[in-house]
Amino acid sequence: MAYLKIDHVGISFQRAGASTEVLRDVNLSIDKGEYVSIIGHSGCGKSTVLNIVAGLLEPSQGGVLLEGRAVSGPGPDRAVVFQNHSLLPWLTVRENVELAVNKVFRGKKSKAERRDWIRHNLELVHMAHAENKRPHEISGGMKQRVGIARALAMEPKILLLDEPFGALDALTRAHLQDQVMEIHSRLGNTIIMITHDVDEAVLLSDRIVMMTNGPAATIGEDLRVDLERPRRRLELVGNPTYNDARAAVLEFLYARHRAPTLAA
Amino acid sequence: MVHSARVVALPNPKAMPPAQQAALHPLAPKPVSALSRAIRTGTGIVTQLAAPVLTIAFLLILWQMLASSPTSALPSPLKVIDESWEIIVHPFKIGNGIDQGLFWHVSASLVRVGYGYVLAAIVGIGLGVLLGQSTLAMRGLDPVFQVLRTIPPLAWLPLSLAAFRDGQPSAIFVIFITSVWPILINTSVGIRNIPQDYRNVAKVLRLSPIEFFTRIMVPATVPHMFTGLRIGIGLSWLAIVAAEMLIGGVGIGFFIWDAWNSSLISDIIVALVYVGVVGFLLDRSIAAVGHLLTRGTAAQ
Repeated sequence: MAYLKIDHVGISFQRAGASTEVLRDVNLSIDKGEYVSIIGHSGCGKSTVLNIVAGLLEPSQGGVLLEGRAVSGPGPDRAVVFQNHSLLPWLTVRENVELAVNKVFRGKKSKAERRDWIRHNLELVHMAHAENKRPHEISGGMKQRVGIARALAMEPKILLLDEPFGALDALTRAHLQDQVMEIHSRLGNTIIMITHDVDEAVLLSDRIVMMTNGPAATIGEDLRVDLERPRRRLELVGNPTYNDARAAVLEFLYARHRAPTLAA
Repeated sequence: MVHSARVVALPNPKAMPPAQQAALHPLAPKPVSALSRAIRTGTGIVTQLAAPVLTIAFLLILWQMLASSPTSALPSPLKVIDESWEIIVHPFKIGNGIDQGLFWHVSASLVRVGYGYVLAAIVGIGLGVLLGQSTLAMRGLDPVFQVLRTIPPLAWLPLSLAAFRDGQPSAIFVIFITSVWPILINTSVGIRNIPQDYRNVAKVLRLSPIEFFTRIMVPATVPHMFTGLRIGIGLSWLAIVAAEMLIGGVGIGFFIWDAWNSSLISDIIVALVYVGVVGFLLDRSIAAVGHLLTRGTAAQ
């Protein structure tokens, strides 16, 4: 049985009396430890899928099953790394992670254990040196790393990344992608990542789920990326499997399902 | 023997003793003694103060020149000091009835402002949270508040005198009703402006309503709240002077009115200086508290 199952999910939004169907009949099964990317043009509803899994949105049809149990409402078992880090600016780096750790592990871990756990997660993203800094004192890439540490510290069953590297410059992005790959190989997390970057999807994912354009968007294709791990971006240049996967995604996005504004 | 071009090696600064380094780089920071640091701080303060001091001196001289003609209706600064010397040098005088030193008049006004303002802060922040969190409350109450807040403070005075039948609570009510609106409206706007991201973080962490209030709502709203509190204290101080003119008793407002009735124009000018300075200090102290509490939140 699948670890996470998105089962016939559809969602419509009511606005000013009109109803817009954003997603229709989205089905996806994810195994434990799998790294799945959802890719699509902007506005296709890929973030909506993530928000439904997170429990921040309630689907109009269908539902989400995690370990066979229906998901209702948000919770720390499905930790989200938000696109713009969303660290609380009045808390230091450590306090931001601490807020999550204290909430999830109060009563389960002693105070000292919680402190070590916060430290451990900050070290995992190489941010322990800045634990007493406030978010406005660190760079965008560092903020996103703290966001990842906060999510990891909740020990989630599934980690949801909503375009986590979208707001970063190319070099910082590559650096962070490597770190996420390293964390994934060490901890074996189950990850869903929303992205619109083809190279990022191919490099990081075990599977790439491609979404058609909205309205009533759904999954158009589900591509397995059979590349050995650990993957190194330099060695993948010219790798036929990598290139084939890349070509398949590009073909889907730009030949068969062009962005709605360009299609006209 | 062929002379090669003379190469003068630049001395390596790191290899030299510090004294020589300083000699080599005249612009390099020299070791700073406590004395020179004190001098530099002193110079900084003097530069900071020079502009306002010179401006005030210029304005006083201008005033002196304009008001020194014998037909002038208003006294010159020197005449003010001369005529009002008694109240200038005896601010702590304790007399009978309303014959008190200026310090006591100002304190009486400050006490009224204090009661009204604290009440306004409590009610304003409380209702502001309600309006910010509940769309229903916003829809119902916002139109009412938008009308009420445009009523000039003094227009409430007769009504509150009729209700309370006493000057003191009426003045406090006028202060309250004047300062509550900016506090209320800014608080509710602050709560409405809490980014959806922070709310999502709270949802994913399953923060309880109380945890959400203390860990997210209050810190996210404090900058807005203090904008309202700062406007509120300014308006309170504006309203108290006018209200006291009408209700009488000890207070800087009635002192001014009384001086006018006794044609003591110089006393009025001295009182105005007090009103201005106190108002300035009130504004700055609320701003300072706000600054202290919003460190970190304001600088995003």
